[in-house]
Amino acid sequence: MSALLGLEFPPISHVIEWPELAFKGTPFAINKATILFCVSTLLTLGFFLLAGRKAKLVPVGMQNIAESSVDFIRNGVIMQTIGPDGMRYLPFLTAMFFFIFFINIFEIVPFIQFPATSRFAVPAFLAILVWLIFNVVGVAKQGFFGYLKNSVIPPGVPKFLLPLVMLIEFVSVFLVRPFSLAVRLFANMLAGHLILVTFSVLCAALFVKQLAVVILPFSFALLVGLTGFEILVAFLQAFIFTILTAVYIGSSMHPEH
Amino acid sequence: MFDLLVFAQQEAGELAEGLTAVGRGIVYGGAAIGPGIGIGLVVGNAITAMARQPEAAGMVRTTMFLGIAFTEALALFGFVLAFIISG
Repeated sequence: MSALLGLEFPPISHVIEWPELAFKGTPFAINKATILFCVSTLLTLGFFLLAGRKAKLVPVGMQNIAESSVDFIRNGVIMQTIGPDGMRYLPFLTAMFFFIFFINIFEIVPFIQFPATSRFAVPAFLAILVWLIFNVVGVAKQGFFGYLKNSVIPPGVPKFLLPLVMLIEFVSVFLVRPFSLAVRLFANMLAGHLILVTFSVLCAALFVKQLAVVILPFSFALLVGLTGFEILVAFLQAFIFTILTAVYIGSSMHPEH
Repeated sequence: MFDLLVFAQQEAGELAEGLTAVGRGIVYGGAAIGPGIGIGLVVGNAITAMARQPEAAGMVRTTMFLGIAFTEALALFGFVLAFIISG
């Protein structure tokens, strides 16, 4: 079939696996995803250091962007989900939002064009971090057994349903939460990356065809449009990850009565 | 019919590969039905709420994204599962 269409789609492993550049064969091997991870960390750090270096009362330039984004996290995420006593998590959530946004936006940066979050290790690490934080917050606020009780026993459940509900709630709070958090980010970025790869391969294949070249403009227009769409996805996934983290921390801080 | 059976025996590897590809398609297609309807419901109701009470649009939008995120997770599990299936 592919010979008929003249289209050789690369296997998935060619699109998301990168050769190891240094420390080959060890667990500390460095490849493109590792480098992008480090670069995103440094970008987040550098952005806020630069923005806060010469802080003025009336913000201009970079300070303006940083302040409005912190304001966005405070009003759009924390106030909506945790409440005023969640302000101590503002630095963590802001840093996480920017880190995920930077690591996602590499998907459409020319010549890099690879989101490191489309390898499962990066979202899994972030999800485990969030899992640890919301559990530690819950244990610190309510005590170990109080936290466990409030997590697995929802209010107003009939007695005879309790064993089943407790099992379901336990699985959904402690296992499905981190897993779905990681899979959501991972699958969205992988899907976006694959879509862009598909249309790029299609454009390249159409370019060398004599007759089929008439559909090239449509394919290319869709590629450009989807690239714009991926900017939205990169932002939205960072936002959703941050807001879900805030929701989980909030549910650990304020149990339902 | 007989030819088809002979073909199936000869090309067992290719048949398995083809069936795997079909299975992947079915897994993702099946997983996308429910979340598709669900996201439609979530966004549709959010728009209704925003149109009725424009001053609450910010709160509704945040909750809408949360609802989308939870609903979408099922489709994404299907997406990941489709890659995990191998012949």
